[in-house]
Amino acid sequence: MDKQELVEHARQIRKHILKQVYTAQSGHPGGSLSATDLVTALYFQEMDITEANVNSIDRDRFVLSKGHASPLLYAVLCEKGLLDERELLTFRKINSRLQGHPNMKYVAGVDMSTGSLGQGISAAVGMALGNKLAQNHHRVYALLGDGECQEGEVWEAAMAAAQYQLDNLCVIVDHNRLQIDGEVAKVMNVDSLEEKFRAFHFHVLTVDGHAMDEILSALSKARENKGRPTAIIANTVKGKGVSFMENQAGWHGTAPNKEQYEQAIKELGGEA
Amino acid sequence: MAKCATREAYGKALAQLIQENERVVVLDADLAGSTKTSEAKKVCPQRHFDVGIAEGNMMGIAAGLAASKYIVFASSFAMFAAGRAFEQIRNSIGYPHLNVKICATHAGLSVGEDGASHQCNEDLALMRVIPGMTVIQPCDEEETKQAIRAVANIDGPCYVRLGRGKVESVYDVSYTFEIGKGNVLRKGKKVALVASGMMVQEALKAAAMLEEAPTVVNISTIKPLDTALIKELAKTHDTIITCEEHSVIGGLGSAVSDVVASSADACVVKHIGVQDTFGESGDAQALFEKYGINAKAIVKAVQDR
Repeated sequence: MDKQELVEHARQIRKHILKQVYTAQSGHPGGSLSATDLVTALYFQEMDITEANVNSIDRDRFVLSKGHASPLLYAVLCEKGLLDERELLTFRKINSRLQGHPNMKYVAGVDMSTGSLGQGISAAVGMALGNKLAQNHHRVYALLGDGECQEGEVWEAAMAAAQYQLDNLCVIVDHNRLQIDGEVAKVMNVDSLEEKFRAFHFHVLTVDGHAMDEILSALSKARENKGRPTAIIANTVKGKGVSFMENQAGWHGTAPNKEQYEQAIKELGGEA
Repeated sequence: MAKCATREAYGKALAQLIQENERVVVLDADLAGSTKTSEAKKVCPQRHFDVGIAEGNMMGIAAGLAASKYIVFASSFAMFAAGRAFEQIRNSIGYPHLNVKICATHAGLSVGEDGASHQCNEDLALMRVIPGMTVIQPCDEEETKQAIRAVANIDGPCYVRLGRGKVESVYDVSYTFEIGKGNVLRKGKKVALVASGMMVQEALKAAAMLEEAPTVVNISTIKPLDTALIKELAKTHDTIITCEEHSVIGGLGSAVSDVVASSADACVVKHIGVQDTFGESGDAQALFEKYGINAKAIVKAVQDR
């Protein structure tokens, strides 16, 4: 797929995210928008997930360790044709399969139930270990928030990933530098994430998390790398794509009102 | 009679299982020698992983392996499995109903000399409350062997509570363990001793010491509880005395009380267990005596009722 098509998918995915959060009047737009380009690259280029294999584990898998970015995961599955667009309107509502934080038992294509930060990466390590045991070639991707890296379990999991030489595991950190209470650096600094993962014996790459070329190149390098897991530190902008949401911690878990929603969709080149 | 700790029986059963079934994977957190998963490691090192002293991460890895169609046995001491890793068990294993068997050893006061920090009297309460979690506490070698096999054969999360100390055999190979079924060991009158784990042996001893023999029942599946049997006991006895090496809050006693309280034929229910207190260092037998969880305490409870 050429770069322009990926960019177009990412644009549609951002609109799906906003539609869900606006309709639900609840959810987490900021960290969904910051990771959109990363996850678009995974689902439309890197991973081998298709309608035919979505119900099986005989494919690459993705763990949204930062489970609050669920609107992004549902949006990608929708854009991929694995989830009906109308269902997005049920997000966070009673009787919906689209829980506030994703449940793997409800939606095909959700590979792990997540939401409690720090836990998804451990499960991803388990999956990668399972793939090694089964001697298959499938890869496992885990998307973490930078604030999430304050959880000690992230580093327990990182230690294990290196110990078991899980070169089939790629950890991606959405480094948007903001968490609910404000700047990550001020709340509890996690920098340098590169040095930390390097110290944990990871193959470490840094990218501009909105530059599709850089993302694809890093994912490709991660795939080629042998003997140890890869961490991609992706520098991103929280709320990316919607001017008034960009770099604002306040949009971590806030829904836009009608006017803001219409403005956001307009900026993304669509009609509300 | 031969004595064997339930953790030892677990190690033997697991060593067999891991050889028979290539989907079985074992995780431990630097306690393989104590939990006895080392027995499985000896015969199948490639499917035994020691994740180091990181119990929360172990439960997450267990979830990931279970999501990859493996049958995962994850072991540590009860304090660190059910206690430290509670939320990982709840969210990464319980909520997605993944096929992980948490086999926790060194439960209860019988840990002895290590003291209160390691004596987990709260794990049954913690595990019972997780939706969909099967909770089992076998009482001896034979029951443990069968219980381990049984949990491997059902899909979904299970918590198996095992002990450090050697216990006498209650059963021989003629016994058939079934998840969710209580076992009436002897029929008596007026009082029913409803026991679990090593308190089954104590209840049998107590029954032998009493002039008017009580009924003695082994409840090895704490959840799902054999409610039909408990209701029948409530109907046919004037008192049920629950006996457990666990806090009187939230464990077997609470589970039985819940059933009796909503039953048409309610009887009096009394609880023998660790009162609302922490333990201390000491020889296990001395601790059972001091904290009132042995045959003597059961006899007294029957006589004082």
